[in-house]
Amino acid sequence: MKNKILLFTIVLFFIFCFVILFKGLNNSNIYVPKTISEKTLVNFNSKDLFSEIEISSDQIFVGNEFYILNIWSSWCSPCRDEHPQLMQLSKNSSVKLIGLNYKDNPKNAKKFIDILGNPYSMIIIDENGTISIELGAYGVPETYIINKDKKIIKKFIGPLSEESIEEINLILK
Amino acid sequence: MKLLKIFLIIFFIFNFTQLNSVENNNELINKISKNIRCLICQGQSVYDSQSDFALSMKLVIEKKLNEGLKEKEIYEYLIDQYGQWITYDPEFNQKTLILWTLPILLFIIGGAIIFRKLIVLK
Repeated sequence: MKNKILLFTIVLFFIFCFVILFKGLNNSNIYVPKTISEKTLVNFNSKDLFSEIEISSDQIFVGNEFYILNIWSSWCSPCRDEHPQLMQLSKNSSVKLIGLNYKDNPKNAKKFIDILGNPYSMIIIDENGTISIELGAYGVPETYIINKDKKIIKKFIGPLSEESIEEINLILK
Repeated sequence: MKLLKIFLIIFFIFNFTQLNSVENNNELINKISKNIRCLICQGQSVYDSQSDFALSMKLVIEKKLNEGLKEKEIYEYLIDQYGQWITYDPEFNQKTLILWTLPILLFIIGGAIIFRKLIVLK
């Protein structure tokens, strides 16, 4: 009787382990930080890509209801893919689109904008990537919706899709 | 001449302490970055990784240290930014309760079983 209980417990234990591991097989092993976060934007200083004038975040995020901050780079191919979506967003006058040029060569960045069009009202540069890290980003492209209280109300990790644009438009309404 | 000697000694001591503090700072950056996970090359620490994310992360750690933040405060800052997963040393809370207590529980149960067997053998 005692042996039977032991055998039963062992079998149960193995079944339990099997189910857990089998379920884990389907889970993604890539960690993605939480995309919805109501965090206040950190203060930072940067330079304008074209005029090279120093500018602080307080001077950038002022006077609008919503801002879209897009982290991009000319060397990043998904940024190229999402560019038409950004061009579409730029037609919405209620929002100010700000580009944060991540670890890029200014010449290449300007060329990228010349060829594909400029959806941004302002492009600032993040020379060594520290501004992006302080914003909570971990790569390019990433897009943040920021409200007038300088709170990040939505984060999009990776290129913007048609669905993301619909979602953004819903938030902006 | 004596004054010059004293001046030189003071000058060198001052320089060495400065050198020492730079070295300490670098050691601390390395220590922290070894305990921070790279989100691009997941499975590697920021210290080991050469990804853009990791390189920028090291700069941010250095910046925060220069701003006067302590080691613990830097971890707290990064956890707040990226979540608990960013560190290799998760803190004890409700979510990590099983993670921290299970090994101790297993150790106690295992020990109890061995202890009982030993008593039976005696």
